[in-house]
Amino acid sequence: MAVTTEPTQAQGTAVVGGTDPKIDAHAKATGQTVYADDIHLPRMLVGRLLRSPHRHAKLLSIDVSRAASLPGVHGVLTGEDLPIRYGIMPVAQDEHALALEKVRYHGEPVAAVAAIDEETAEEALRLIEVKYEELAPISSIADAMNPNLPLIDVERDRDGNGVGRQVNRKGTLEFGDVPGGFARADRTYEDLFFFEGNTHLPMEEHAAVAQWEPEPRGRLTLWSSTQVPHYLHRTLARVLELQPNRIRVIATPVGGGFGGKSDPFAHEICAARLAMVTGRPVKFTLTREEVFYAHRGRHPVLMRVRTGFKEDGTLTAMAFRTMLDGGAFGSYGPASVYYTGALQTVTYDIPTYKFEGVRVLTNKPPCGPKRGHGTPQPRFALECHLDKIAVDLGIDPIDLRLRNLIEPYSYSINHLRVTSCGLRECIEIVDEASGWRAKHGKLPYGRGVGFAVGSYLCGAGLPIYFNDMSQSEVQIKVDRGGGVTVYSMAIDIGQGSDHMLVTIVAEVLGLRPRDIALVAADTDLTPIDLGSYSSRVTFMAGNAAVQAAQRMRDKVFAAVSADLGVPVERLVARDGRIFDRDDPDIGMDWPAAVGVASVLHAPLVTAGSYKTPKLAGPYKGGGVGPSPAYSFTASVVELDCDPDTGVVEVDRVWIAHDIGKAINRVSVEGQVVGSVYMALGEALFEEQTFRRGYLKNPSILEYRSPTFLEMPEVETFLVETDDPEGPFGAKEVGQGPLLPVIPAVANAIYDAVGVRVDEVPISPDKVVKALQEQAKGNEPRVGPKAMPEYDYGEPVRVDPPDQLSLREVLAP
Amino acid sequence: MAVTPTSKQLVALNINGDDYELAITPSHTLLEVLREDAHLTGTKHGCEQGECGLCTVLIDGRPQFSCLTLAVEVHGSEIRTVEGLASGGELHPLQRAWGETGASQCGYCTSGMLMSAQALLERNPSPSRTEIREALAGNLCRCTGYQAIIEAVELAAVRMRGAA
Repeated sequence: MAVTTEPTQAQGTAVVGGTDPKIDAHAKATGQTVYADDIHLPRMLVGRLLRSPHRHAKLLSIDVSRAASLPGVHGVLTGEDLPIRYGIMPVAQDEHALALEKVRYHGEPVAAVAAIDEETAEEALRLIEVKYEELAPISSIADAMNPNLPLIDVERDRDGNGVGRQVNRKGTLEFGDVPGGFARADRTYEDLFFFEGNTHLPMEEHAAVAQWEPEPRGRLTLWSSTQVPHYLHRTLARVLELQPNRIRVIATPVGGGFGGKSDPFAHEICAARLAMVTGRPVKFTLTREEVFYAHRGRHPVLMRVRTGFKEDGTLTAMAFRTMLDGGAFGSYGPASVYYTGALQTVTYDIPTYKFEGVRVLTNKPPCGPKRGHGTPQPRFALECHLDKIAVDLGIDPIDLRLRNLIEPYSYSINHLRVTSCGLRECIEIVDEASGWRAKHGKLPYGRGVGFAVGSYLCGAGLPIYFNDMSQSEVQIKVDRGGGVTVYSMAIDIGQGSDHMLVTIVAEVLGLRPRDIALVAADTDLTPIDLGSYSSRVTFMAGNAAVQAAQRMRDKVFAAVSADLGVPVERLVARDGRIFDRDDPDIGMDWPAAVGVASVLHAPLVTAGSYKTPKLAGPYKGGGVGPSPAYSFTASVVELDCDPDTGVVEVDRVWIAHDIGKAINRVSVEGQVVGSVYMALGEALFEEQTFRRGYLKNPSILEYRSPTFLEMPEVETFLVETDDPEGPFGAKEVGQGPLLPVIPAVANAIYDAVGVRVDEVPISPDKVVKALQEQAKGNEPRVGPKAMPEYDYGEPVRVDPPDQLSLREVLAP
Repeated sequence: MAVTPTSKQLVALNINGDDYELAITPSHTLLEVLREDAHLTGTKHGCEQGECGLCTVLIDGRPQFSCLTLAVEVHGSEIRTVEGLASGGELHPLQRAWGETGASQCGYCTSGMLMSAQALLERNPSPSRTEIREALAGNLCRCTGYQAIIEAVELAAVRMRGAA
């Protein structure tokens, strides 16, 4: 191996920041990667779910006798077989694997079968006789506010009484003197926006395989395409009434998640129970139509934003009100509500702020977390609102933002600790690269540019269920041949967590990513990671990996130091060698170093862990929004809007993202471009449409998403702010870059044709309608005109945070 | 025992150069036969309705959706799947480029995308960006935004032309 000419690691990283192919790339490109549906076990049965044909109905009876006696059928389950409620959040334990008493949405699982093959399983479903009594469905936020319609939730309190409620969760918070803030304003503004629901559409349909080892050992193994093996493990223990140590969950490589595989699902629980009752392995793979019913996607959100501004463009106050259509279950909803109010404050210095949010239940597939979880909707509203204000004040939209940016190393008004922040640089880059100043307001009619910014978490500061334990742990084992194996429960959902982990360990140990073996996402073999959600894995598992690797390096360095007589502080690990930085010829290659370390410091096993600092704000609801760091993004979109047809074609997107530090530049840029893609889909086409509460478009053909032909060129810029707490300074990239693109599209349409579509998706019919209004001399706008009446109650009043000098404490 | 016992039918296929003679259920698609009878699970499915492109394989050199093709229809055909791209332990130029540009994130669309790309390069060794977009427009990807895939096809095309 060549010896590096660089004498110390301090002068730069060897593999962090590189462009190596991901370690899983070639297995994926050769068809070797084993996803959940690729698993085949001897005697395996096929599982299928019977789903409700009704939106809202009482379950009067289920007769499975004909199905159960069909030759080839080995097991049938109904709700009574799995009576224990569960839900991803401790405050929303409102689901059953199979419906009990009533069904809440068209597509809800009602019964499950396991049979010898697919045809038999399908025939068995047809033989199950279910009697329903239909109830009036709740199909919208307005319906949910109507006291004359029946309640969806039949949850019982401790005394067994019904505590039905349509309102799933509400929050009302007030930071500082909001009336005073508005009183100081020269001008106040108010706008209403609506963001329609949409779904993840992962290319892989959810799948799970269960295997049961009979008593006395009685062990369950479940393979599943899940983003949250740990929470699934906990849910299985609860619902199946099994000790956790008798359950092994293996998350298989996830063929697309985007948040849609972050809840425990009926098919996972039914696979497990059917394997237990039949004594045979059972596989469930959802059909594409079923994936649309499993959903947990973007909440439809109705929003009202009010702000106060000085004439010079200084923000004095903001009041933000949201109503979320949650669908039929709680899911992540209690957090989703607060996320619609949490991160507006992270990009701008908002002196006083009020937030009111409510989530209602409706008879539709349950909503949950989709890329950006609860923040793309308010970001769309806020950035379009600011674009309008910029016009009114006669200030360039970019300058209006620059005037109100949050300072790095400061607290937001709602007590979020902002550390590294490259938002100003991101804005300046896209301003320059896009030629904004020469284009905005100056392009020919029909062509326009739009601008917006965004920010996202680097991991939720708090775990989903309250505990004080670490949020991620990593173990490293080195064998006598020098082989390094990393163990982590982090699951790669395509975001590149596998490669991130091996790159970090390789960097610290002076090896190459492809030299490192990885065992991931297996509750028997790997130490905790809470899951691939909230953009937490690089920050949390990455930091745990840094610590484990440094401890391994310490062990090896101590042995090499003793062997060579070189002080530890002079040793460097690089390019597969451990050597004296002052005399690189003195050293030994990695396998030899491992040889001496195996004698002196056996066993060569280390571990590291990560827990966020205490970050939660001192108020109820203060657990949503805190993160150890925030990513920042700015984007300019240039597009053509045909005034005759309303069709929008995006020509180019410039996007700059504060990544902290790119662990792998190819992966980071891929996440940025992928986020732009998903944002454009949401901005222009993607929506769940319902006809009388029935999902109209549960297929890939009808649920339109961008193809190669709609995707524009994207120019990506990375800003590296070197976060003081991120692993090698890294922050998140999987979600944040989606946020500014949707409002930037809306703002560009205004720049192109002078109309506002305050509603996503911005389909051609809405553009044409707004142009027609414009032609009639009406307000050139399409969007909501009112919010339903709702009493949000008295706010929790929170004093502004003390602006400690975070810069002195944390800045590098 | 299945609920609708059907007599199996023998189908001869040459898959990636190997001759197979399989006794299959006549109603089964080529996708099902590849995955369940030939155990070639590299070919994926995302809809089984001809809408996503994931199951694309080459049938006698032409890219087709294996989910819309009955296996009995292609009796005697040559089938190429993702498992047949690499040869002699060497990655195919497309596969190598795929890794370099980051054209797989979750990887679930990769097999079908590679086969569509291979078909394109066989008939057009120097495709323009527009030609790549059009040739691959029937294959969906939710992760990459397609840009890295286009770059991978371009990179592989250059190398394959150089090698030819």
